[in-house]
Amino acid sequence: MKRNVLPGLRLSLGVTLFYVGLIVLLPLAALAVKAASLGPAEYWSIVSSPRSVASYRVTVLAALAATVFNLFFGLALAWVLTRYRFPGRRLVDAMVDLPFALPTAVAGISLTALFSANGWFGSVLGQLGITVAYTPLGIMIAMCFTSLPFIVRTVQPVLEDLDPALEEAAQSLGGSDWTIFRKVILPLLSPALLAGTSLSFARSLGEFGAIIFIAGNQPMKTEITALLIFIRLEEYDYQAAAAIASVLLITAFVMLAITNWMQARALRYTVKG
Amino acid sequence: MKIRLDNVIKTFDTFRAVHGVSLEIESGELVALLGPSGSGKTTILRMVAGLEYADGGHIYFGDQDATDIPVRDRGVGFVFQHYALFPHMTVAENIGFGMSVSKVKRSKAEIAARVAQLLKLVRLEGLGDRFPGQISGGQRQRVALARALAVDPKVLLLDEPFGALDANVRHDLRRWLREIHQELGITTIFVTHDQEEALDLADRVVILKEGRIVQQGTPQAVCRDPKDAFVLKFLGDANRLTGEVRGGRAMAGGAEVAAPGVADGPAEIFARPRDLDWSLQGPGVSATVTRVLDRPGERRVIASAASGEVLEFDVEPEREIAAGEAGFVTLRRAKVFALS
Amino acid sequence: MSDTNHRRKPPRVGDAPLFRRTLIGIVLVLGALLILAPLVIIGVEAFSQGWQTYVATLDHPDTRHAIMMTVVTALIAVPVNTAFGIAAAWSITKFDFPGKRLLLVVIEIPFSVSPIVAGVAYLFVYGLQGIFGPLLDAYDVKILFALPGIVLASMFVTAPFVARELIPLMQAQGRDLEEAATSLGASGWRTFVAVTLPNVKWALLYGVVLCNARVMGEFGAVSIVSGNIRGQTNTLPLHIELLYHDYQAAGAFASASILALLAVFTIIAKVALERRGAGRRKALGTDAAPQGNRP
Repeated sequence: MKRNVLPGLRLSLGVTLFYVGLIVLLPLAALAVKAASLGPAEYWSIVSSPRSVASYRVTVLAALAATVFNLFFGLALAWVLTRYRFPGRRLVDAMVDLPFALPTAVAGISLTALFSANGWFGSVLGQLGITVAYTPLGIMIAMCFTSLPFIVRTVQPVLEDLDPALEEAAQSLGGSDWTIFRKVILPLLSPALLAGTSLSFARSLGEFGAIIFIAGNQPMKTEITALLIFIRLEEYDYQAAAAIASVLLITAFVMLAITNWMQARALRYTVKG
Repeated sequence: MKIRLDNVIKTFDTFRAVHGVSLEIESGELVALLGPSGSGKTTILRMVAGLEYADGGHIYFGDQDATDIPVRDRGVGFVFQHYALFPHMTVAENIGFGMSVSKVKRSKAEIAARVAQLLKLVRLEGLGDRFPGQISGGQRQRVALARALAVDPKVLLLDEPFGALDANVRHDLRRWLREIHQELGITTIFVTHDQEEALDLADRVVILKEGRIVQQGTPQAVCRDPKDAFVLKFLGDANRLTGEVRGGRAMAGGAEVAAPGVADGPAEIFARPRDLDWSLQGPGVSATVTRVLDRPGERRVIASAASGEVLEFDVEPEREIAAGEAGFVTLRRAKVFALS
Repeated sequence: MSDTNHRRKPPRVGDAPLFRRTLIGIVLVLGALLILAPLVIIGVEAFSQGWQTYVATLDHPDTRHAIMMTVVTALIAVPVNTAFGIAAAWSITKFDFPGKRLLLVVIEIPFSVSPIVAGVAYLFVYGLQGIFGPLLDAYDVKILFALPGIVLASMFVTAPFVARELIPLMQAQGRDLEEAATSLGASGWRTFVAVTLPNVKWALLYGVVLCNARVMGEFGAVSIVSGNIRGQTNTLPLHIELLYHDYQAAGAFASASILALLAVFTIIAKVALERRGAGRRKALGTDAAPQGNRP
C-alpha cells in the first residue's frame, strides 16, 4: 500500500466504509435479496398486477405533470431571483427552501386543508368545478410542492455565474431579447435544467408523506406506488412489498444514472481549455 | 545540516517523475533546483521534506537516514508555492503554530518573544495581528518564511518561492532572501523554473530534465560551460546554426568560430544575441535584416539568413541599421556541440 | 425604460419594464399560493379551536412523548451522521485511493431512494422476515418497532447531508494547509482541530442543521419501522398523522406547528450560514472552484 503523508486514512476510510455498508448498502442488499427470492414468474405477477400498474400510472403521470409545471415555475423563480431586484427578494429566496425544510407530513396536512372542499383554495376551485383533494390533481400539487426547490436551486447558480459578456455580445450582434434567451441563455441553462428536472422527477416518484393525506388513496385511481408498498406491509404481504419496492429502487437507480450522465454532460461546457 | 540524496526514485501511477537522482548539498549551502515543468524538481523537494515518500533510494540528513521519517518529525521548514497560510489565524498565530504544537513545551511568553523576533527578521513588525487575507502577496511570502523558520529547521525548503509575485516585488525579495540566508547560514533548497532567479540567488544550480539531473555547478560554471544544448537553451536565448567542425574550428555559412575539443564532423553552433555582430562585408553568414526592435540598452536586430534560419542579435544603441539591409552576421564566440 | 435609466446601465435581456413586472407578479402570486399559504394555514388551523385546545394538545402525554422521541432520535442520529460525514470527507478529500468515485456515488444513494423503500429495506434486515430478525428475536433484542429502528432509518435518509457539504469545500481547499501544519510538527488530530475544522466550520454546521431538520421531520421511512405505537414509538410526524386520522385536525396542526417552527428556524439558520459562505450553491461542475463569500 502506498504511504500517505497526512495521517488518518485507515481510520476515516474504515469508519466511512463501515457506516456506508451498515446503514446504506446492507438494507438495500437485503431488499434486493428478498425480491430476488421470489422467482421470476411470481415477481412478474406481483409487479404487473393491475393494481400495481395502476399505481405506476398515477405516480408517473402526476410526477410528469408536476415536473413540467416546476420546470416553468422553477425557471421563472430562478430568473426573477437572480436577474431582478425588488423588495422582498431575499425573503422569497429563503422561502424557496421551505419545501425542503418543512416535514412532508406537515406539508401533506396543510395542502389537504387548503385544497379540501371547504378549504381556502378548494372552495374557490370547487365553484369552478375543479376538485383537487382526493384526485390525481391533488397528488400532482403535493409533488409540485415537495420538488420545486430542486429546479430553482440547480438553475439559480448557473444563472448567477452566466457571463454578461455573452448576452452583450448577442445584443451587439442585433439579437432581440427573445432570440438571445432562446439561442444563448437557454442552451447554457439546459444542462442544469435537465439535471434539476430529473432530480425533481425522481423525488416525486418516491414521495410519500406529502401525498397520502391529499390523495384519497383509492385503489386503481389515486393510490401511489409508495402507498401500495405500505398497504402490502400492513397486510403482512412482505413478498409483494419487497417486489414493488424493488421496482421503485430500480427506478431510483436509473434516475440516478441519468442525472449523473446529465451532470457529466454539463461538465463538458465548463471544462476550461 | 548536510543533505544527501542517493539514487532517489519516485513514480506516480505509471508516470516516473524522478529517475534515480543523487545529489549532495553541503551544510549552509543555498541550492536551486532548476528545470521546466515536469522535470521533477518539486517532487524532489517534497521528498526531501517528507511530503512525498521515495519509491526507491535514500535521503540522508547528516549521517541519519531520513527516508522514512515522517514530515512531522523530519525537522524541515517548508515554504509552499501559494504559502498555505492558515487563513483563520493571525500572522503571529501562523508564525507561532509550529512552536505551539511542538513536543518541546514553550510558555506563551516564550513563543510571543520568538514570534516578535521573527517578525523583525522578516521586517513585518506591527503586522502580527493582521490576518493573511489583509496583507500583500509579498508580505504573505515573508510570513510563510518566518513560519517555516520558527521551528528551527535543519533545512529550509522553498517551492517556487517567488512564483506568485509581481516582477519588482520578486526582485526585492530575492535580494532579501539571500541576506537572510547569509545571516542564518541554514541549508536551503529552492525550486524554480526561472533561470534568472536561480542564477541570482543560488550558490549552486542543479538543472533537471525529465526527472534526471542534467548538470550542476556554480552559476558561473553552468553559464560558461553548459553541458548540452538543453542546458544552454534553458539558461537563456540562443541562436542556433548548423555547420561543420574541422580541426577545432566550427564553420557555418561563411562564419567561423573556435570549437576546441569538438570532434570533426557536423555540429550545432549556439550563440547568445550579444555574441553575434553585423557587418556589411564578409566573411559571415549572409543575411537580410527583417526588423529592428529598440530597447533601452541596445537595439535588437532580427535577420533571416540565406539558409532560412532566423537570427537575433543585439547591437549598440548608436548603430544605424534598418530593415531590408543585406549583410553578414559574424560570430564573436559560440558554443559548439557535435551532432551525433 | 425610465427605471433602467436610473442605473445608467443598458438593459439586459428581460429588463423591459412590462415583462419584468409581469414575471415578478406571476412568481410572487404563485409563490404565495404554493409555498407561503401551506405555512400560514398551519398556524390558522392550529388555533382554530382556541388557545386552550392548542395548549392542551401540546401538553398531552402522547404529544410530549412524541416530541421526546423526536428529540432523542435527533440527538443520536445527527452526531453519528456528523462523525460519518467528517470521516468520509477527510478520507475522500485528503487521500487518493481506488474506488473513490464509486464511494461518492454510494454516499449519495439515500437521496435518490424513496423513504418508503428505505423503511421496507430495514424491515428485511432487522424484521422477523429479515436477515438478522430471528437471531435478534432469540436474544430478545428489539430494533424494529422501537427507538433503534427509528434511529437507523433516520440515519439512512440523512446519511449524505454532512458529507455533501464538506466534500466540495475540502476538495477546493486542497491539502496544502494540512501539509503545512504537518511539516511544522502538528499531529493528525491537532491538524484537523486547529487547521481543517476552523476552515470548514460553517459548512459543517450547515450540514448539521439540514440533517437535523430532516431527521426530526422524517415520516415515510420511520412510519414503516416504528410500528406506530401510541405513547411508545411515535415520533412527532407520526403523531401528527395519528391525530389527523383520529379527526383531531386542530391537534394535528398544533403538533405540526412545532415542526413548522423548526422549519422556519432551519431556513433562518441556513440563510445566516450562507452569508458566512457555507453551502454556497455551486454551479454544476464547478465544485472545485475556490469558495468565496456570497455578495
